[in-house]
Amino acid sequence: MNRLDIQPQLVEDILVRFLRVEAGKFGFTRAVLGLSGGVDSAVSCALAAKAFGPKNVLAVMMPYKTSHADSEGDARKVVTKLGLESRTIDISRMADAYVDTYDVGDRVRRGNVMARCRMIVLYDLSVEWRGLVIGTSNKTEILLGYSTQFGDAASALNPLGDMYKHQVYQLARHMDLPKAVVDKAPSADLFAGQTDEAELGFTYAEADRLLDLLVDQRYSPDELVGEGFDAEFVAKVTRRIAMNQYKRIPPVIAKLSERTVNHDFRYLRSWGH
Amino acid sequence: MDCRVVLAQIEPTLGNVPANIDTHVREIRAAIDARADLVVFPELSLTGYFLKDQTSEVALEVDSDELGTIADLSRHISIVVGFAERGRDGRVYNSIAFFEDGELLELHRKVHLVHYGMFDEGRDFAPGERFRAFESKHGRFGLLICEDMWHVGSSWLHFLSNVDALIVVSSGPGRGVTEDESGLRSTHVWNKIHDTLALLYQTWIVYVNRVGSEDGILFGGGSRVVGPDGRETAVIAGLDPGRVEARLDSDALRRARVATPLRRDEKPWIIARELARLSSGAQPQP
Repeated sequence: MNRLDIQPQLVEDILVRFLRVEAGKFGFTRAVLGLSGGVDSAVSCALAAKAFGPKNVLAVMMPYKTSHADSEGDARKVVTKLGLESRTIDISRMADAYVDTYDVGDRVRRGNVMARCRMIVLYDLSVEWRGLVIGTSNKTEILLGYSTQFGDAASALNPLGDMYKHQVYQLARHMDLPKAVVDKAPSADLFAGQTDEAELGFTYAEADRLLDLLVDQRYSPDELVGEGFDAEFVAKVTRRIAMNQYKRIPPVIAKLSERTVNHDFRYLRSWGH
Repeated sequence: MDCRVVLAQIEPTLGNVPANIDTHVREIRAAIDARADLVVFPELSLTGYFLKDQTSEVALEVDSDELGTIADLSRHISIVVGFAERGRDGRVYNSIAFFEDGELLELHRKVHLVHYGMFDEGRDFAPGERFRAFESKHGRFGLLICEDMWHVGSSWLHFLSNVDALIVVSSGPGRGVTEDESGLRSTHVWNKIHDTLALLYQTWIVYVNRVGSEDGILFGGGSRVVGPDGRETAVIAGLDPGRVEARLDSDALRRARVATPLRRDEKPWIIARELARLSSGAQPQP
């Protein structure tokens, strides 16, 4: 047994309740999601379908011209399986209008532009569809900072953000999502042949085990080395977590007055709702 | 004691006192219709929990119109409600009030404010300074709010005061979903505390937690009653609002206390002596 194993039915119940209640406070009963063909967005769609009903969930597939053909195919399997409303918006012309015109060659920059184009589409459709944008970032990638700020990391509500990748897989199997989606190697699909684990330099299984002990169980880096983790791996992960804190918080405001938004003007988002 | 208590596991709306008053009135009327003697609401039931800067904006004085509505209804049934209380000293407390026969019978201000992890009560509230048991027409009670229960001295003082029942209210977040136990880990932890302390104090424990979600933090419910033998006699399962009725009686107290006379044999004067020694500053620092 993996110590990260969750009670999937309990987690499903909590997350469905979370989506319904937190969207409901703002008067929303519909959702918009980007559906990539990967496991995270498939689970978010499945949760949204349970929370709002599949016909109230708009799954948006947003291929770029270099996207792997399997991505959209796998996404369609999820749409069919869950009975979602769906739309395909090709972002190639939108992204190229910028990256080709201004000669953006660096693949990290190009990937960020694609992620942010998708965010623009989702937030635009959120108005048309009258639904909130539901996030698909899991705890592993949030902690590692493996996402694009204001891109795939942007959402109104994120049901997956406190679940490690292993736990997302568990929930995906519990919710009976298509095998092709659950079994393939995780990839942001921003350039050909990209996989998360090759890019990160370690596996999700290793990262999850380390992050759980470090973050949830409050082990010190020295204690982790004592537990048998490679010292360099521990240092790399702890550095990534700290370096990427900026992606997890709103923009920092320079304090001038007696009362400053976020510093000493603190309210929940649901204030007044 | 012979008290029919209703546990009102509600979902307060954050910062919306009028809406919460309506919920309370509805629950109180239902409990009156059920001929109950006492109805208990969760911590900060009239205001919601993660108030932050709303704390002082929604704070109520004990003699406010809002609490007057509750006091009036207490002519028909005894009532425990939670609220942010603005004291005469201008401080805001995390309080619960016990109303009976149209009057405020007892007020408890949370002593052990919680400010670690996700909690920040020390920023928003002033702490209470006392634990007092009191007589109601339905029995002798001690009131505790959430973290008060996690400091064992709080309930022990009520034990020394010979209470028939501890009323414990909370806004306890539900957490812990891994497989080592079935259900929320937070619920198991609370249950362990109730079961153990009810057994050791041989008293009834009435625990009322809230449900609902505030910015993604889900409150764990699990309101329940535990008898003086440490066994559960009523519970609200699941994470929805609900109510359950239970009977608290003297017979169960007598049976438990004859079988194992722990209160009779307690030696508080020894504890007092040792406490004086430990509090004097003479002991070595850990």
